[in-house]
Amino acid sequence: MMTDIRKTFVTVVGGGPGGYAAAFMAADLGLDVTLVDVEKNPGGTCLYRGCIPSKALLHVAKVLSDARDAAEWGITFTPPELNVDKIRDTTKGVVNQLTSGLGELGKARKVHYIQGRATFIDSQTLNIFYADGSQEQLRTEYTILASGSRPALFGPLLDSKRIMNSTDALELEDIPAELLVVGGGYIGLELGTVYAALGSKVTVVETTDGLLPGADRDLVMPLAKRLENVMHEILLSTKVVEMSERKNGIRVKLEGPDLKKPERHFDKVLVCVGRKPNSSGLGLKNTRVKVDDKGFVKVDAQRRTDDPNIFAIGDLVGNPMLAHKASAEGRVAAEVIAGHAAIFAPMAIPAVVFTDPEIAWCGLTEEEAKKESRRVNVTRFPWAASGRALTMGRHDGLTKLICDPETNQVLGMGIVGTGAGELISEGVLAIEMGASAADVDMTIHPHPTLSETVMESAAALFGQSTHIYRPKKARQAAS
Amino acid sequence: MASEFKLPTLGENVTSGTVGKVLVAKGDTVAENQPVVEIETDKAVAEIPCDVSGTVLEVKVKEGQTIKVGQVIFTYKEGAGAKKTEAKEEKTGKEEPKKEAGAEKAPAKEAPERKPAEKKTEPKAPPRLHVLDRPTTPSVAAKAAAAAATPVTKHYPQRAGHVTASPSVRRMARELGLELSEIPTSDPAGRISAEDVQRYARGRGAAAEAPAGPAPAAEAPAEPYYEVQQDKWGPVAVEPMNNVRKKTAEFMTHCWTTIPHVTHFEKADITEIESLRKKYGKKVEAAGGKLTVTSFLLKIAAEALKRFPKFNSSLDFPNQQVLLKEYYHIGVAADTEYGLLVPVIRDVDQKSVLQLSVELPALAEKARARKLSLEDMQGGTFTISNLGGLGGTAFTPIISAPQVAILGVSRSQIEPVFINGQFSPRVMLPLTLSYDHRVIDGADAARFLRWFAEALEQPWVLFLED
Repeated sequence: MMTDIRKTFVTVVGGGPGGYAAAFMAADLGLDVTLVDVEKNPGGTCLYRGCIPSKALLHVAKVLSDARDAAEWGITFTPPELNVDKIRDTTKGVVNQLTSGLGELGKARKVHYIQGRATFIDSQTLNIFYADGSQEQLRTEYTILASGSRPALFGPLLDSKRIMNSTDALELEDIPAELLVVGGGYIGLELGTVYAALGSKVTVVETTDGLLPGADRDLVMPLAKRLENVMHEILLSTKVVEMSERKNGIRVKLEGPDLKKPERHFDKVLVCVGRKPNSSGLGLKNTRVKVDDKGFVKVDAQRRTDDPNIFAIGDLVGNPMLAHKASAEGRVAAEVIAGHAAIFAPMAIPAVVFTDPEIAWCGLTEEEAKKESRRVNVTRFPWAASGRALTMGRHDGLTKLICDPETNQVLGMGIVGTGAGELISEGVLAIEMGASAADVDMTIHPHPTLSETVMESAAALFGQSTHIYRPKKARQAAS
Repeated sequence: MASEFKLPTLGENVTSGTVGKVLVAKGDTVAENQPVVEIETDKAVAEIPCDVSGTVLEVKVKEGQTIKVGQVIFTYKEGAGAKKTEAKEEKTGKEEPKKEAGAEKAPAKEAPERKPAEKKTEPKAPPRLHVLDRPTTPSVAAKAAAAAATPVTKHYPQRAGHVTASPSVRRMARELGLELSEIPTSDPAGRISAEDVQRYARGRGAAAEAPAGPAPAAEAPAEPYYEVQQDKWGPVAVEPMNNVRKKTAEFMTHCWTTIPHVTHFEKADITEIESLRKKYGKKVEAAGGKLTVTSFLLKIAAEALKRFPKFNSSLDFPNQQVLLKEYYHIGVAADTEYGLLVPVIRDVDQKSVLQLSVELPALAEKARARKLSLEDMQGGTFTISNLGGLGGTAFTPIISAPQVAILGVSRSQIEPVFINGQFSPRVMLPLTLSYDHRVIDGADAARFLRWFAEALEQPWVLFLED
């Protein structure tokens, strides 16, 4: 007997910012699209347990620290009272509003949404598992894999409710008195900042010798300085070698230089040691998709896997694991399937760390240039010379451009300071457009804003920044 | 029995490519859709999947070799996995384009047709194109191919840093299949603009594929050779161009710049015609017309065009053909206070000189009164421009496209002509014929104009010949 198998043209597996962007684009290009995700609405890690809830909580942390900083202006508040339930509910409310909005946007585009889990039977057949245990087959011409990533597991593992990953931490179950954050990357620092603001005594351990490995040191410095006052302790070049559960907490054994007390007690431990791609459990062995030794799905610049009918995007295919990179890739994959000659070849992908102060960069970093022994001209503008920064009481910032020494073309940009994440896009545009420092310098920026620091850093390259006096390097060298 | 796997079609206008890496060897078992060889073309590297399955008997190509579409890549023995026999070979030609089209033309609203379950062939995906960030010599690419563990990603640059262009310009170039690094730019910073890409694409004959931009302003030169300055050397009065002037300027620029002109010179003895004209002038006037040289020129032109059909044609260059018209509508240039207007007289061959002598002055009057309809000036197959009333010994008229020839007539003069051992005074009319050298050769023009002159000298030949 012939059964009528459900058919679609493009199936997108995973409803995160990569998956839903791909599905919506494919629908906008006139294709028949099915989007499969376990949640009721699209959103993925970004909306349900990543970018959005963490930013909501960081907003809370910012309100608290701004209230404290107001003392400098002569305003003192009584110590704040925290209603953690309300904070959690408001955060969830934001998430619900955004995800249900995405659900509506999908419906409006006539994207078939399947709440379930998909695995490959063959390159063009998916088995859909529903929450109630039922199954269904889906025939599809093309598939875009966007299954994302999950928090990585950690060495001395312990099955305990007191050990959290980023997802657990965002649930805000309680505010532990003493919290250990394992990992000084951006997730650890963002969530550590939240818990510190809410009253936890936070200790951060990082195995390398600096916070935010990969970011330029001059950008990290103002953050590290401020975090000294926010965190209880930051331990660099330090490893967690042992963890054991006690009646009222976790016993942790640390290993590192200058440790006065290697054995410590914490109420909870938050593990943020990176993320792993979700490439298992998709039935990829039934396809020709290839996966590398780190679990990333191999793709070409069009985001096509080794299986010509299957594309993959986002965290699943490699670093940087960022929502906006996934979205851009998803749109490329959809365009390719629709027959366009698209490729994913950005000149720059911005990265933002939403700590206080924020750190943002794009394109070439100074560290990368050093590693490649590439000659660059770096030009900096300290926020202490920015009127806007001073009116906000936040002079702890820096804007810098990394330029080609011959043409002055902007190759990279780095910013540390309040709102750095909002400022970095100008750098991305400059790099994509092939702008030179002169182009940025000659673009009038509004006063008084933090964006002027971008213009003035460009002007500084020519020794012509209005608000800092620094004769041109080349001229100095020549004299 | 050994079968052959040949290089399939790679894409439009691609007839050959260089073998990059050979991905199969003698004795290998190949399956359908398995990439078997890398082919490099000017701009891309394509992994060619085979559409057969079996055991490779002999590989017929090697790295660095240039091969043509249809050339045998390897011979093979159909294996157990092979579903189709020889018959498939014949069918492939018919079947494949369909499948390919299905895979390439993705934007189909409805899900594509399913094949029966037992025939589990994956639809063919278009060969993947690896866009190179710079021209790569085969050997370099082959080395890179050998070095890279993953044959899929190797040719894709993550950053094409050495060429400066905005993202939308990079996309335009990619969609046109152009290499950014090959596109010249006049920008001092080396930044490639959308115009640079479009100009380069046009130069490469890829204009048809270019996204339709705004059409360039009708025939106005993009960059003037000189600056039009007022008052630099003295006072200047500004006269705006009226519509006739504008149209004439545009149309003449078009005709002059697109048609390869040659002008042929001739003189006709019109002593006989002149005496005829004087003799019958009054009679024609009584009929409401005016017997002029032009009336005769019209009648003779129609007969000449019949005998030399190429002169009554249009060139259909895109289709590589000449359209010979079987009607004879002749335009006559008229000088009016608004400028040059060219009314057309229909079916000149079917009209008598008398009829033409009535019709022509009427049309000229209509032109001067600016009462010509557009239709009155369209559909001409040949044009006569007679400046004889004004003077001149010769001029080179511009052909009015899509016509291919135009007759210019200057002022007649009494000249001594050596006839029968002595000079006699004859009325000589200078004729010039500009012709489109794409359609007409010099010898044709000489024959045409000589016949024309002889017909003027001895009008009765019109009745002798057919």
